[in-house]
Amino acid sequence: MALVHLPRSLAALLPGIPRHLDGIPGETVAEVLRALDAEWPGTWDRVCEAGPRIRVHMNVFVDGHRAQLDTTVAAASTIHVIPAVSGG
Amino acid sequence: MASRLLILLGTRKGAFILEGSPGRDAFLVRGPFCETMPIQHLAWDPASGSLLAGAGSPWFGPTVWRSPDLGGTWSQASDGITYGDDVPAVTRVWTVTPANGALYAGVESAGLFRSVDGGVTWSHVSALRDHPSCAGWQPGNGGLILHTIVAHPTDPARMWIGISAVGVFETRDGGSSWTARNRGVRADHLPDTYPETGVCVHKFGLHPANPERLYQQNHSGAYRSDDGGANWRDMNAGLPSHFGFPLVVHPHDPETIWTVPLNGDDIGRYMPEAAMAVWRSRDGGASWQRQADGLPQQHAYLGVLREAMAVDRLDPVGVYIGTSTGQLFGSRDEGGTWSLLADFLPPISSVEAVLVDA
Repeated sequence: MALVHLPRSLAALLPGIPRHLDGIPGETVAEVLRALDAEWPGTWDRVCEAGPRIRVHMNVFVDGHRAQLDTTVAAASTIHVIPAVSGG
Repeated sequence: MASRLLILLGTRKGAFILEGSPGRDAFLVRGPFCETMPIQHLAWDPASGSLLAGAGSPWFGPTVWRSPDLGGTWSQASDGITYGDDVPAVTRVWTVTPANGALYAGVESAGLFRSVDGGVTWSHVSALRDHPSCAGWQPGNGGLILHTIVAHPTDPARMWIGISAVGVFETRDGGSSWTARNRGVRADHLPDTYPETGVCVHKFGLHPANPERLYQQNHSGAYRSDDGGANWRDMNAGLPSHFGFPLVVHPHDPETIWTVPLNGDDIGRYMPEAAMAVWRSRDGGASWQRQADGLPQQHAYLGVLREAMAVDRLDPVGVYIGTSTGQLFGSRDEGGTWSLLADFLPPISSVEAVLVDA
């Protein structure tokens, strides 16, 4: 059950979503994002694009390491979703 | 019932709404809205009373913003705006156009989407990308973008769309099939000067009183069609250049149009002689008049993008232009005189002028 940190700019697009969420299920980054999307529809579309893959100018880190959608998420992992400076 | 005049702006840093005084001589600026996302087109759906904004964020991708209360509150969604996982991604929503009880969105990478629930969910009008020319579509300077959607005013089965560096297409069966409509339009950037597809349409429009008459501003000139786009003829004589972006049609007179020529596609893309002007025709493009009273006549190294000119429906008609350097100019006398309505805005992508119930 991961701890997920979201940026202000993403939270502003998803009404009601907290910026810090604990206990999010999923064994991969993709599963965690799908779990968030189930409760806050649109989360997936804002972080991921066709492929599917994480959007070019978005970064996801698992326990401090840059991750992809198939990156393993451990029971006590911390996930950071951070817009890349390359996006503006 | 009294009406309010709203000027809707899509800009590089969000949407803005300008509320006009009854005399159209002062405008209150509200914004930026939509979390300062780049907004390609801010539009109004008169059927629902909602504002709709086509957006594309480098971080968060394409989406459509909706406001049911003229900017008081906003939400965004892009459910269904995708081609799936095996084809090019949709990166931006370039235009949102209400038509026939639905909403249509034109996107980059060029395609058409339709919503029947006010923009909450969308479905792909796939037949357009099934056109045999699709494999050869190449992007223009702004990308491979479907930027213009024009519905026939009385026949719900007919619609035209425009794609940069590809051309105009028409459907006569509600989107199930599409036909290229570019005969007579020149492509100066191709060895085949008159290709079936590959012309760079910048903007086109019609007047509902004469829907077979279309006007087009293209990368390679201004054109007119009198047969619903089947054939086009050059109407550029009298204009200072072949290159420009926006074109609007007078809401009450199908013979009157405005365009804003720039100096050229490879010499800066700013006002000819760095003197800002709008050009109006009263005879369907046969002749043109330069309108510049009140517009800057020196150092006007600025442009006007394809969606950044609009007319209101008042009498006399007001004309509004948003520039690439963040100015909004307006005329209350059909272009005869101009004044600066707002400055220091972000670069303006789109302008719409709407009258809503007070």
